This record gives sequence, structure tokens and C-alpha cells, in this order.
Amino acid sequence: MSVVPSEEEPRRVIGDDEAIPDGAIADFGDDELRRLHRDMVLMRVFDERAVIYQRQGRIGTYAIYWGHEAIQAGAHLALDPSRDWVFPSYRESAIGLLRGMDPATVLAWWRGHPDGWWNPQEHRLGGVSVPIGSQIPHATGAAWGMKAKGEDGCAVVFFGDGATSEGSFHEGINFGAVMDAPVVFVCNNNGWAISTPFARQSRAQALADKAIGYGIPGVRVDGRDALAVYDATRTAVARAREGGGPTFIEALHYRTEPHGTADDTSLYRDPAEAEAARADDCLARLEGYMRRRGLLDDEAASAAREEAAERVKRAMRDVEALPDPDPALVFDTTYEIPPAGLVAQRDAALGVLGAR
Amino acid sequence: MKTLVEAINGGLHEEMERDPALMVMGEDVGRSGGVFRVTAGLQERFGAERCVDTPLAEAGILGTALGLSMVGWRPVVEMQYDAFSYPSLEQLITHVGRYRWRSGGRMNVPLTIRMPYGGGVNAPELHEESPETYYVHTAGIKVAIPSTPADAKGLLAAAIRDPDPVVYLEPKALYRDSREEVPEGEHVVPLGKLRTEREGTDVTLIAYGAMVKVAAEAADVLAAEGISAHVVDLRSLRPLDEDGLIEAVAKTGRAVIVQEAARTVGFAAEVAALIAERALFDLQAPVERVTGYDVAFPYWRLEHLYVPSANRVVEAARRTLES
Repeated sequence: MSVVPSEEEPRRVIGDDEAIPDGAIADFGDDELRRLHRDMVLMRVFDERAVIYQRQGRIGTYAIYWGHEAIQAGAHLALDPSRDWVFPSYRESAIGLLRGMDPATVLAWWRGHPDGWWNPQEHRLGGVSVPIGSQIPHATGAAWGMKAKGEDGCAVVFFGDGATSEGSFHEGINFGAVMDAPVVFVCNNNGWAISTPFARQSRAQALADKAIGYGIPGVRVDGRDALAVYDATRTAVARAREGGGPTFIEALHYRTEPHGTADDTSLYRDPAEAEAARADDCLARLEGYMRRRGLLDDEAASAAREEAAERVKRAMRDVEALPDPDPALVFDTTYEIPPAGLVAQRDAALGVLGAR
Repeated sequence: MKTLVEAINGGLHEEMERDPALMVMGEDVGRSGGVFRVTAGLQERFGAERCVDTPLAEAGILGTALGLSMVGWRPVVEMQYDAFSYPSLEQLITHVGRYRWRSGGRMNVPLTIRMPYGGGVNAPELHEESPETYYVHTAGIKVAIPSTPADAKGLLAAAIRDPDPVVYLEPKALYRDSREEVPEGEHVVPLGKLRTEREGTDVTLIAYGAMVKVAAEAADVLAAEGISAHVVDLRSLRPLDEDGLIEAVAKTGRAVIVQEAARTVGFAAEVAALIAERALFDLQAPVERVTGYDVAFPYWRLEHLYVPSANRVVEAARRTLES
């Protein structure tokens, strides 16, 4: 397969109701559009509630993803949860909601409660990866492993623009390309790695151009355009399933919010920049598109939000009602067959706690 | 009669035969059979899908191996040399050792990381490290180190079949040092059981890997002086046979711990601490450590100064008997 430099303008499907006309993607009906909208609203509401819960002291430090919903929900909609794996970074901590995970699980994770730890094999969803870019080789391995077993699943891995400076990015993508692994690398280029702007991260004109060096296709999409992200991921997934190997997708947008709840953006950037970007929000874009097609009105939009908010609020209450974690879990989850020395540590620690 | 290399190679053949989910992967493990020939013949026998030549990327190898294990494979990863494993430490520390915990104990990570370690091959720098401390210090990881061909096969089987990630360190100085009978067929040496290399009554020499041979040589010298040394091979550092270790020390009341790695916070320090905690009143003399030094492993023309010698072990043993 020949690869060419990425187009300069990222692909866009949804117009702006002014100069840019609405486009359309093939084989995507109104029901799919409504599903995509529901997914994005759930993600949006979860994020907004989570920030509130952090301020209220009900969860710990939280990585905000407001404005990234088009990338997460758009890419995820192209997957089949019964066979495809997802490897999230902390920015995609709640992506499991899109494959049936209870929001309580994700809230428990951010609350530092062991009920937030899930079995990756049950959901085909890697754990929340904290070290930047380190989850990229996992996706390559899972994808390659499925292919080597004759299965037709693929893997999608999310990471940010900062991750492209990491060694794991290079090793994971190169490995995937060499092995022809059915993996899709989704780079969420939001322009910021905490306080470090893209210009201090890379001199590349387009991160998608890096794909050329790996011999795989690279595409740029507008990261605020859920349909463009979905379409690009759908194409990449189809190629992966047919044995065409990996694809690199760069989804461009702007991180309007702080990196996390402990970050103060006023220290490093002009608030006007974020304000302008916030006005061109991915959910507003999709809702505008649906309204123009007569698929959404105020009532339906607020009903979707309320439904999602009820779900998240109930989840927070569920999490707060959880009993305190069992201290034994600290020891019992580390090894399947624990070393004798660790068993002695466990017994001593639990003895001090009066837990046994 | 097999060398240590042949024992591991035979063990890998048997384990791959036994478990179709087992995949051997690493740099040059397939077509060339590995730089030390440890994986020779595996690709011919089991195919390039199960004995995989990977790109030259140690973090990538371990990271993809973790992904492979998540979808049902049981990877046996080769790091070509001890020091070449350092780039993979990020994956080991941040993911391999933690993923079971991160899954609430629901998902096992049954992978094995093999590598040759230690001095003795006259190679340029970073081909002769003893990195066991990094691995033992990492939660979620187990560490096995054979010192004989029979144990090499038995501990390898235990490491591969273990549901937890195991680092399996192969003393390259002993790869072709000697031959011995290696049991045919099923032979599993459980992790966490030390081996008594020889019985003795006056002083206990504690070693693992390539240092077991050094300790045994020291015991020969001491025997000629009428000193009876008890020599134990720890075999696995985690799990550690603490009871066996304490029993072996209590038996003589004197302990000399031999380790090739640098001294400070090396595994010998852990052993000494355990002895202090559990066998202090059995001791007749202060515990002695014979170790590498807190320097880079030297140019190989001087490595004999760094790697513990039988002579240094003998002197340490004598010091314990002077007390």
C-alpha cells in the first residue's frame, strides 16, 4: 500500500451553518446519528458531573475530557464491542460507558476505590493508562494476538499529541506496522500537553505524516467532527479486518479545559484562546447538524441530557454507598500465587488494622 | 547429559509442545535461534507465528507481549542481554507488574521474561549486568535464577506455567560450563524452594545463579583447610524460601552471602536483613557479604576484580570463623 503525505486540511463532514455546507457519510442513517448523539451526551454529562464531584470532594483529582467527546464516541461507534478492544489513556477514562460499563465503575476509579478496577478481558477494555503513550504497544499486541489466533477483532488505542514524543509511541506503531496488526492509532491532538503547546512537542507539520515513516496510512480529521472521526475510524477498522494493517488517525482540536482538576491554565495561556475554541464545541456541532436535518429539537436535547445526568447522579450515589474497601485487596490482587513473604506482610498489616 | 543452554532449549520445546498458546518472541530468536542459541530450532518446529523475530524494541516487545497475554497468549519474551532489558523497565514497572492488581485481581498476566545475565563472556560494556534487584523490587513480578542444567529446565517450566509474570535470569557464564543429567519429560522445580548444593556444618554460603559455582569452589578450598561449608542455591529470589534460608543459616550459625550485582541494596542486603530479623540469636559471627562493587561493571580485562571469586568467598568465610 502506498502512503502519501497527509492533507493539510483535516477532514470535516459537519458544516458550520454558514460558509461550510453539511456533508454526509455513506451508510449512516438517522438511528445511527441518534445513537452517536446519545453517546456524546452521556460522555459530556459524565465529564461535567465529574468535575463538580471533584470540587465537592466526592472524587479525587480528575482528568477532564470536555470537548473530546467527538473523538471518543466517534471512534468507538466504529467498533464492535463483542470483538474489538479499546486501550484508553486517562483522557478516555470513561469510554467504557460506551460499551455498557456502569458510570459508577469509572467514578469509583477516580474515587480511588477498588470497585473502579475492571477486568480488561470482560469489557475488551484496557485499564486506564497513566504513563503517556505506554498503552500503545498493548494495543498492538492485542491486535496482533487476535490476528495470530485467526480472530477478526481489532484494537483501537487513544493517546495525545504529547505521547508522540514518547518512545512507546514509536515502538508500538512500528511493531504494529511490521506485524501487520489490525490496530488503529487514534491521536487526540488537542494542542496541549499540560502546559506544553504543540510547537514545543513536535516540528512536524502534521502528526499524521509520521505514518509515512511507518509505512502505514495516516489521515487527519477534524476532532470536533464526530462524523469525520467515525468515518475515518470505520475505514481504518475495515482495512484492519481485511488484513491491511494499522492506520494512524490524527484528530485535531483544542483542549479548552485544564489538563485536570489540579491544573491552572492561566499560568500558561491566554484564556481568550480557550473561550474561542469552546464556542466551536463538538457536541454543539453535532446537535446543529441534527437540528438542521430535523432530528433534534430543544426538548429532545434537554431530555437526553437529563437522562444522562440522572444516570451519573445515581452512579455517584451508588459509589458513595459502597463499603470501605477491604484492606486485604491490596495484597490479594497483586499475585495469583502470592510469595510467602508477601503473605506474611499481609497478615502483619491486617493484624495492625485489626481487620483479622 | 546437557549443558544449561541445551536444557533451556529442550525445556522450551517441551513447553511449546504442551501449550499451543505459548509464543516465544524477541530479537533474533527465530531464524538465528538466538545469540546464545537458546531458542534454536523452535521456529523450524513451531513456525514463525509462534517463534517470532521482533523489531529491535525492548519496551515494544514487553508491551506487545502484555497485549498478547490479554487476548489469550502466553508469551515467553527474550531480552537479548541483561542491560538491553532496561528500556523495557517502564513496561515492567508501570504495567506488567501492576495489571493484575489494576484488574482487581481478575486478570492474570502469565508471561515469562528470559534473559542471559552476568559477566564472563568478554563482551563490551552493558553485556554483563546483574539486574535482579530491579526485578525483585517490582511488585507483581517473580524472579527465578537457575544454576544447573536440571534446574534450568525445571525452573523454566515453573516460570512459564506460573500465572504471574516471572523474570527468568540465565547465568550466561554457566551456559556451556558443564553437562549434567537433565530429567526427560515432565520436570518442574517449584519456585520458592532452595536447593542444597552441599551439606556442611561450619559456615553457610548463600548464592544464586553463577555465584553458586563460585561458592562451591570456595567450599572445596575451605574443605582442604578442614572447614565444612554448607552451600545453598536460592533458585528463586521471589518467592524466596525464607524458611529454608533461615534453617540453613541456623545450622552453622555463620552466613556468607554471595552476589555478583553491585553491593548497595543488592539482594544480599535483603538476605542479611532477613537473617537479622529471624536468626540473630543463632549467629556466631557477623553476616558477611561478597558482592560486586558500586561501580559500572568493569572492562572485561578487569572484571575478575569485580565478580566475586572463590578466594574472596573463602576469606569472608574465614572471617566468620575468627569471630
